[in-house]
Amino acid sequence: MLNQPAFPVGIVGYGAYIPRYRLPGSEISRVWSGGAERSPVKEKAVPGLDEDTATMSIEAARNALARAAIDPTHIRAVWVGSESHPYAVKPTGTIVAEAIGAIPATQAADWQFACKAGTEALQAGMGFVGSGMAAYVLAIGMDTAQGRPGDALEYTAGAGGAAFLLGPAEEAVAVVERSLSYVSDTTDFWRRPATHYPSHAERFSGDPGYFGHVVPAARRMMELVDTAPQDYDHVVVHQPNVKFPVRAMSQLGFTPAQWRAGLLVPEIGNTYAGSALVGLTAILDEAEPGQTILMVSYGSGAGSDAFHIRVTERIREVQGRAPRTWDYIRRRVAIDYALYVRYRGKLAAR
Amino acid sequence: MSVAGAWRTRRQRYALVGEICPDCHRHIFPPRDVCPHCSQPAGPLHTLSGRGEVYSFTRMHHAPKGFEQQRPYAVALVKLDEGPMVTAQLTDVDLQEIHIGMRVEMVTRKLKEEGEEGQILYGYKFRPLMATGD
Repeated sequence: MLNQPAFPVGIVGYGAYIPRYRLPGSEISRVWSGGAERSPVKEKAVPGLDEDTATMSIEAARNALARAAIDPTHIRAVWVGSESHPYAVKPTGTIVAEAIGAIPATQAADWQFACKAGTEALQAGMGFVGSGMAAYVLAIGMDTAQGRPGDALEYTAGAGGAAFLLGPAEEAVAVVERSLSYVSDTTDFWRRPATHYPSHAERFSGDPGYFGHVVPAARRMMELVDTAPQDYDHVVVHQPNVKFPVRAMSQLGFTPAQWRAGLLVPEIGNTYAGSALVGLTAILDEAEPGQTILMVSYGSGAGSDAFHIRVTERIREVQGRAPRTWDYIRRRVAIDYALYVRYRGKLAAR
Repeated sequence: MSVAGAWRTRRQRYALVGEICPDCHRHIFPPRDVCPHCSQPAGPLHTLSGRGEVYSFTRMHHAPKGFEQQRPYAVALVKLDEGPMVTAQLTDVDLQEIHIGMRVEMVTRKLKEEGEEGQILYGYKFRPLMATGD
């Protein structure tokens, strides 16, 4: 079958990471609107002073390895998708590969496609495993998103993500039965080299950006695998705020019971390249054998990846082998705007 | 730390890779040529579990050069479950909550950045043992 791996591929291990600090939306509103604006999320996750996309990827990768219980030297690629790599030149992938012991016979590179970089790595990993070139591939989506002070995106630009160890379907806790991509040249959100904060095209980022890709990608997937929304136990899509994913999923015909487990944006904000992926980890934490999941990512610039996933009997063995996504969400320490400014390096003089 | 020094010690810093002595079978960290316990040649590399407890600690309010941005923070002697004692920063912890005997686990974090253009140095720190799902 064209456009699909020659050998069936699945997720053999998964792991989340979310830093422990939280900035409530009410703090941002207090500083920038005297409390008049309503935050689109309850709060967002903020990394500590000693955290970045590399350290967060390492912990998520260790959780994925703990669940998969495989020898890390059998990993053939360590790919990290992010828009906040610590170096402009030097891969995050080698730092992660070294830390988890996947070196030296592995590819290690970084992916960039705004918030779709993580699922891009996931699809490429499916190709690598599915062609027989790799036994296992580690695909990560992780971000410490930058929000310009005072900008609307400051409310939601969060931190976190997830790592997925892909391998043969017969070893999988969840089989990726089908994937597809849907992209176009749509400049709705971007950041030029050597600038710190991204720019965005306000309402243009909704339709044709977000809705113009998430909705058709989901529809195409359901046509391809001949399913209807009610056939899915869980659905998770990219979460830049609460409004967009809920509107897209409602428009597609899904109900709140289907998106409950994967909708994490009210608690941790938009984790960019990690957004849909960390939602998937929360679903897998509570999934039961035989359940079906639809995941659709979105990255500005712009495009979506859609995945049709079926959970296997093995899921129960691995769920408790590493911290669950909600263990990370619950270990929250609220900070105020001043500490946030310090932790995120936004002080002009220091 | 020089680029070469960082490179030489990367495995021990990222993942607590030590050794097991082939003669007295004790764990050695950091790795070295000769076992500090029995003076025989040290053995094959072995990754420590990263679990241990706080043996002693101090709170740093006056930080040395390169660590000023992180103050206040805590430095601890951590007695690893396998035996070796390591000195490391504690992270993701409220300074008042630290106590001798506190169970901790290793995490790989940013130790420091060598200026805006220099290398970023990563290495082990310890945080309170996180409750896992089951």
